[in-house]
Amino acid sequence: MPDGAMTKTAQTGTAMLEIADLHGYYGESHVLHGVSLEVRHGEVVTLLGRNGAGKTSTMRAIMGIMGKRTGSIRFQGQELIGMAQHKIPRLGIGYVPEERGIFSSLSVDENLTLPPVVKEGGMTVPQIHDLFPNLKGRGSTQGTRLSGGEQQMLAIARILRTGATLILLDEPTEGLAPVIIEQIGVAVRALKARGFTIVLVEQNFRFAATIADRHYVMEEGHVVDMIPNDQLDANMDKLHTYLGV
Amino acid sequence: MVSLLGIPPQVLFGQLLLGLINGSFYALLSLGLAVIFGMLNVINFAHGALYMVGAFVAWLLLTYAGIGYWGALVVAPIVVGLLGIALEKTMLSRLYKLDHLYGLLLTFGLALILEGAFRHQYGVSGQPYPIPAALQGGQNLGFMFLPNYRGWVIVASLVICFGTWFAIERTKLGAYLRAATENPTLVQAFGINVPVMVSLTYGFGVALAGLAGVLAAPIYQVSPLMGTNLIIIVFAVVVIGGMGSILGAIVTGLGLGLLEGLTKVFYPEASNIVVFVVMAIVLLIKPAGLFGRER
Repeated sequence: MPDGAMTKTAQTGTAMLEIADLHGYYGESHVLHGVSLEVRHGEVVTLLGRNGAGKTSTMRAIMGIMGKRTGSIRFQGQELIGMAQHKIPRLGIGYVPEERGIFSSLSVDENLTLPPVVKEGGMTVPQIHDLFPNLKGRGSTQGTRLSGGEQQMLAIARILRTGATLILLDEPTEGLAPVIIEQIGVAVRALKARGFTIVLVEQNFRFAATIADRHYVMEEGHVVDMIPNDQLDANMDKLHTYLGV
Repeated sequence: MVSLLGIPPQVLFGQLLLGLINGSFYALLSLGLAVIFGMLNVINFAHGALYMVGAFVAWLLLTYAGIGYWGALVVAPIVVGLLGIALEKTMLSRLYKLDHLYGLLLTFGLALILEGAFRHQYGVSGQPYPIPAALQGGQNLGFMFLPNYRGWVIVASLVICFGTWFAIERTKLGAYLRAATENPTLVQAFGINVPVMVSLTYGFGVALAGLAGVLAAPIYQVSPLMGTNLIIIVFAVVVIGGMGSILGAIVTGLGLGLLEGLTKVFYPEASNIVVFVVMAIVLLIKPAGLFGRER
């Protein structure tokens, strides 16, 4: 079913990330059961689903942070399964984890400049400060002394420097106040306008609806549906059933 | 010259100098332990043995290859560092998924093997190692006599300690190290080869021990047991300073050396246990150590 729906929205560009029949395991537990999805150049795609549906695990599988993976994950035609873990980000994939991962033993500036530049065309620090004015002038502050929202901005900001073209954003709005969520939304739209391709895991479905082109719905470790954003209203009932809201 | 609290100044300063020398070695060794513990979460029990290996490499270089002190100062840390990397790659790296205790047991075993091997070959009596010609003699400072070599050891170890501190706390490379200490998975997800970084960190930590061994060779004799005697105190230093704290290791190492020296002047009977008394008090009042962070 998702494949049929996808061809209809194939205007955005060629496929940047193709995942086919991905199975993933943490030790003995089998967490991904045949995930298949596709993300095109310049698209913002969300992964929706209940807790434990496999959204975060899909991102971790892409980054290679998972014991065992089978199936196929292709980024710009290159197979990521079997590739050394530290080489995956060097292809131009930036990962913003759910827990944000701001380092407490590093200053804001050190956090910002930590991820190595992997490709040309990354944003400069002044450009990043324009996008996230809150980070300006905070360079010597200990990373974890920033507020939750600022830490989220920093977690996104440090990826933008690297020249990564695909950004994996895991629940950027989790636990944040509405006014901050609004700011993050503005930033993500600005990134989209700059041509970044974004995969977004979200529980906050209203937030997702304001920025995404397409939504993949996950259940029990695989993709069960794909809804283009412009058909969202027509599919509301279905979505409510999926998400149990 | 006036005496201080009934102690002749020559005695006081002599013991303080001795304390500072010992403290220099405590600092160098506990610094390496702190770096290794921070990154690998391994309590490196082989540290004392590798310090001994460093001293022996210097002695062997002199005895069999005619390479003197200054050459040994470069070669021995490299040899010990490479040995450390080999041990990490082939053995330690297999244990990271297990409890920390296994790393401790492995390195303890390695220490016993290294010391046993050298003991078998060279016996327990020490081998003398001459002070390099350029550092023989001493300076009369008026209140005391300072042998040149001892002054050199203090200066060299201070430079190395604070150089290491600077590299870790203030440079880009150090930022990678600190970040990988906190969250290796994420650092790897930024495209950094963390396993290689871990090996190099272990190599660097034990190279510091090897360097300390070369510095120690002309002061203490080169003996298979020289590490065992020192390492227990060094572990106490690490506990007092706070596990994994770089600055803590340096400051506590030097401070406890001085404290030991002072104790020798004012209450010699307690000089062997003063470090452990301090350790007990620190553990009671601040279990994470003076510079440690609660985890």
